[in-house]
Amino acid sequence: MKKTMSKTLRSNIITIGLVVAVFVIVQILIGTGNISSLMKGLLVPLCVYAILAVSLNLTVGILGELSLGHAGFMCIGAFSSAFFSKCMKMFLPGMPAGLRFFLAILVGAAFAGLLGILIGIPVLRLKGDYLAIVTLAFGEIIKNIINILYLGVDEAGVHFSLKSSMDLHMEDSDKIIINGAMGITGTPGDSNFTIGIVLLLITLIIVLNLIHSRDGRAIMSIRDNTIAAESVGIPVTRYKLMAFSISAALAGVAGVLYAHNLSTLTATPKNFGYNMSIMILVFVVLGGMGNIRGSMIAAVVLTLLPELLRGVVSDYRMLIYAIILIVMMLFNWAPKCIEWREKTVAMIRGKLSPKSAAKEGE
Amino acid sequence: MKKFNKIVSVALASAMVLAMAGCGSQKAVESSEAADISEIPGSSVEESSSQTAGNAEGTFKIGGIGPTTGGAAIYGIGVMNGIQLAVDEINAAGGVNGYMLEANFQDDEHDAEKSVNAYNTLKDWGAQMIIGSVTSTPCIAVGEKTHEDNMFQLTPSGSAVKCAQYDNAFQVCFSDPNQGAASAQYIGENALAEKVAVIYDSSDVYSSGIYESFAKGAESQNFEIVAAEAFTADNKTDFSVQLQKAKDAGADLVFLPIYYQESALILTQADSMGYAPKWFSCDGMDGILGVENFDTSLAEGVMLLTPFAADSEEEKSKNFTTAYESKYGETPNQFAADAYDAVYIIKAAIESGNVDPSMSVSEIGDAMKAAMTQISVDGVTGEAMTWAATGEVNKAPKAVVIKDGAYSAM
Repeated sequence: MKKTMSKTLRSNIITIGLVVAVFVIVQILIGTGNISSLMKGLLVPLCVYAILAVSLNLTVGILGELSLGHAGFMCIGAFSSAFFSKCMKMFLPGMPAGLRFFLAILVGAAFAGLLGILIGIPVLRLKGDYLAIVTLAFGEIIKNIINILYLGVDEAGVHFSLKSSMDLHMEDSDKIIINGAMGITGTPGDSNFTIGIVLLLITLIIVLNLIHSRDGRAIMSIRDNTIAAESVGIPVTRYKLMAFSISAALAGVAGVLYAHNLSTLTATPKNFGYNMSIMILVFVVLGGMGNIRGSMIAAVVLTLLPELLRGVVSDYRMLIYAIILIVMMLFNWAPKCIEWREKTVAMIRGKLSPKSAAKEGE
Repeated sequence: MKKFNKIVSVALASAMVLAMAGCGSQKAVESSEAADISEIPGSSVEESSSQTAGNAEGTFKIGGIGPTTGGAAIYGIGVMNGIQLAVDEINAAGGVNGYMLEANFQDDEHDAEKSVNAYNTLKDWGAQMIIGSVTSTPCIAVGEKTHEDNMFQLTPSGSAVKCAQYDNAFQVCFSDPNQGAASAQYIGENALAEKVAVIYDSSDVYSSGIYESFAKGAESQNFEIVAAEAFTADNKTDFSVQLQKAKDAGADLVFLPIYYQESALILTQADSMGYAPKWFSCDGMDGILGVENFDTSLAEGVMLLTPFAADSEEEKSKNFTTAYESKYGETPNQFAADAYDAVYIIKAAIESGNVDPSMSVSEIGDAMKAAMTQISVDGVTGEAMTWAATGEVNKAPKAVVIKDGAYSAM
């Protein structure tokens, strides 16, 4: 028993240590001026995608339900927090940027989490394919509602319309905050790499602690066998909802980081559509379902890859990216490949320490 | 669990197909640059130092940003080719003040985040000025970054007002409010219609921006907007409902502030339901005569405000079209023309401001900003273009009508 405890603890320390080590290395590189502008610009997006991958892994890997609407929660987090930040900037210009961003993160997480609960109540009654289809639909609905949403704030209060910005009847069109398809422009750029890493660490701690807690074991038992879990008195719906809404809230945090990194925020199929949801799922599946560290690494590698390929083979980078995806899938999941990998690892181990190999053989 | 794996594999397979499909035909900008670009990942130190100290070899490095893959690729590729064409012409004629130009075009997939990445890549390459981004939303995001670096930015086709919100950014094309207001004014002053319907794409920045300013401009004109019907990017194949509403409202002119792909469908569907109003559109309509399997006789009489027509008889446009067609084997669109002009505008500003490549990025930015308000450029998209310090271009809008399957001036 003691041995297994220390094993999970060691694994957690490696995961968190990895993030801290990357942070320290990058800070040193920035300090000595050894980092390109491209890499500097990619640091915050890397944190965003890592948080998304870790949060979706909670739903897909730990809860065992396939959600294809993760980008929708990110979208909610992004828009609610950007709206909050712009309002604060307009009406309380004296507020320090740090406090404003801290509150914006809470707002984004709260809205995304709340929506996670609301959507989760009907949706989590479904299983497998049906759940995937309905979450996909919800993700698209969120994106499309944001695209027709017009919202402005002035002295008279909040103006709201689903038709056009003229229907807001506002005197000063500069005070329209969400302008339909044009989204939000001029969000303060509060995100930076340090905050991104801190948020990633908080996400990791939340998810890792949850997995190894009593609730986490209950959630995993639902994944492994729902009927058995129900028969021992585990409230299935409650635990499902819990995992789903925590995952949604964390995706909202990633959205906050995303929104405050760029000055424009629009809900296009590219950034909040189902393409993005599938992208996040690719991170999770390639990194290993239920493997938090793996999904984080996959997110970083797959985000960096197309950007670094810009420099080498600008014309074929998307093609190479797709081929690498296929190769990675085969390497990770093909049965023949797994067999080969195990054999090779066993062979290397056998060569390194013949004694332990002999013991295993017994 | 088996089922679960099946869904995952289907989902992943579709993701891969999408990733593949997004990989359009991207032509090499110039092979000689491959060497420059490939240095980026490792040698950032020299890159950044050469960036601040300026470029000693005596070439101006111009970075271009736009979508060359994905749904908006046709615009980005046009701009990429337009830039390269102008750069080659200028270099062949001896460069600018004796200095050569060098262009590097980076893909942004029509995405704000990728656009900023592309900008950072260009910065590492040593870009001294930026032509881009091609589309509005990415352009605003890049504008924020160029403003921080005080790098000179000239967008060929980013038409939202915010694209030029900072003093270092200028536009070649008309801004959206300009186009909408000019359309309303044109319809009103020429008494083209009394009842007007509008069909627009509410999920597109360009389209809804023009619609809003059109509606504002229409208030002071002697016609009435009887129907304003929207569609979205997810639902743009069937327009019978919107057309029926326009027809029922008795509109005798339909204003289409949208791109030509949807316009072609609208014209076809209106014809099949026997609805034949006048059609009026903006520069997005440019290209309608090139749509495959589209009966161009349906576009007969369509009026559009556009800065450039590929079959214009005017000498400058004609030379440009011929050169473009012989080099790339396709007819240039308005975006290519804007980009072509953008390079010549930069040339004029360099000459007027006496900029030389050894200056730092910020110094070039300051000199170009001052020069931009003083120059006047005759290009293929307009005669005597001038700029205010706000970044908006000042040129006369051209209205053309489609007659006998070709554009002709009105």
